[in-house]
Amino acid sequence: MPDTRLPVAPAASRCPDIAVELDNVTFGYDARTVLSGITMSIPRGKVVAIMGGSGSGKTTILRLIGGQLKPRSGRVIVAGQSVPDLDREALFEMRRGLGMLFQFGALFTDMTVFENIAFALREHTELPEEIIRDLVLMKLQAVGLRGTAPLKPAALSGGMARRVALARAIALDPMLVMYDEPFAGLDPISLGVVGQLIRRLNDALGITSVVVTHDVYESLKMVDYMYFVAEGRIVAQGTPAEIRASDEAYVRQFVDGEADGPVPFHDPAPAYADDLFAHD
Amino acid sequence: MTSAAFLGLAHVLRRLGAGTLAFITRLGFATRFALAVIRNSPAAVRRIHLTLRELYFAGVLSLIIILVSGLFVGMVLALQGYDVLIRYGADESLGILVALSLVRELGPVVAGLLFASRAGSAITAEIGLMKATEQLSAMEMMAVDPMARVVAPRFWGGLIAMPLLAALFSTLGIFGAYLVGVKLIGIDAGAFWGNMQAGVDFRFDVLNGIIKSFVFGTAVSVIAVFEGYVAKPTAEGVSSATTKTVVVSSLTILALDFVLTVFMFRGLGV
Repeated sequence: MPDTRLPVAPAASRCPDIAVELDNVTFGYDARTVLSGITMSIPRGKVVAIMGGSGSGKTTILRLIGGQLKPRSGRVIVAGQSVPDLDREALFEMRRGLGMLFQFGALFTDMTVFENIAFALREHTELPEEIIRDLVLMKLQAVGLRGTAPLKPAALSGGMARRVALARAIALDPMLVMYDEPFAGLDPISLGVVGQLIRRLNDALGITSVVVTHDVYESLKMVDYMYFVAEGRIVAQGTPAEIRASDEAYVRQFVDGEADGPVPFHDPAPAYADDLFAHD
Repeated sequence: MTSAAFLGLAHVLRRLGAGTLAFITRLGFATRFALAVIRNSPAAVRRIHLTLRELYFAGVLSLIIILVSGLFVGMVLALQGYDVLIRYGADESLGILVALSLVRELGPVVAGLLFASRAGSAITAEIGLMKATEQLSAMEMMAVDPMARVVAPRFWGGLIAMPLLAALFSTLGIFGAYLVGVKLIGIDAGAFWGNMQAGVDFRFDVLNGIIKSFVFGTAVSVIAVFEGYVAKPTAEGVSSATTKTVVVSSLTILALDFVLTVFMFRGLGV
């Protein structure tokens, strides 16, 4: 009897209201520490943003949640399961309940838009093609791109590719969707569309969303809670209203787009005068 | 020995040691990778349409270069061979000379080198670009193992294509030699084909040639998928990996050819 069921999201966590929990997580490559003492919890059904400058370790947090990286220490709990302790089979089982939108979409370039979205359905279910077709068209309709089904990703604009990737991320109706820089490189209209889609899909499908971004204005409009990460640490957190009102120096520099502040304009270097007169 | 010379020698030894260690580490990693590919091979059978697709890309799309090269190599071999054989009045042995050269050596080796340049580099570039554009990561995050979905079908597609291409190379080579030797120069067709039929042994010559092309196909396919999979996810990294595939595959084919020839033809007094 073929398995025609859609994958079921992992069992409820020990704390059923929390979808993702990071507890004192530290991560690094060789001698370089990327994350240090990260603690955060992401409630079910909410849209949570992880913000910070380039290289601050935001994407690393997503890779830890998805089990692509293992922490040096600390706990990463997703839907009640300790991700670093899962074997490969259990990890892949858990990932069936996750969706991820990559920075530039990461659509499979040798497949059409339709095939991209049908990919996970075909891999993980034995649903008849007619059902898969209906499901794919429903996902494409949700992101407003049903007409692009027969196109190859190369024929799409950056914003459209991002929306198709979003449709692909929700193909299996995941309990958690992670977005890696969903606004990067988009024009203002596409940026607004993607931002609204993330919020609307989150609420309509009852999923949990983690958005890694450095777009502070778009995030303030659509998220429930924000974490600010700098140099591998959480330096601030709060609701959009709390962030707007915050007088914490890092938050102010980030929100106001100041060139200098806790994140210095100049990269560490020898004294300017020493460098200029080094040849004397 | 002065201290400068000592330091220089120590530096050279250190570089040599580091290079050797890096080489052994990479070889070990590649071996483990090859074992992982074999472990995931049942997936290539289950997804037979993917393996057939890769067989088309690696095999059918390489046909032009293989067939044309085979034809010209055979024609040149006939011209050169005739020039030497006629000095000893043995021009009617041209058929057997060409057939043995092609079936034993030139077929598997030259087809392997061409295969590495045409199909091996394409496999590396494709997997490398998939990695650079996060397509492999996306697949992993969708709980689909890229080793089973991407790597294993390409490995098997290459492995199956190579012996077939080598056989076609030899066939076209012999046909090219026939055109030059019989049609152009005027050697007796009966002597050309008869000597060939009498002098080429199926087990000793043809089967050994097939074994060689199978081994070369395995080596090139493993190297191609490995280099693509471990490529740095940048334009420069993919370019470098593609070059490495061609260089490493070519050297591996030549080295393996020597080793296999020693074992296969040791009865000749080697």
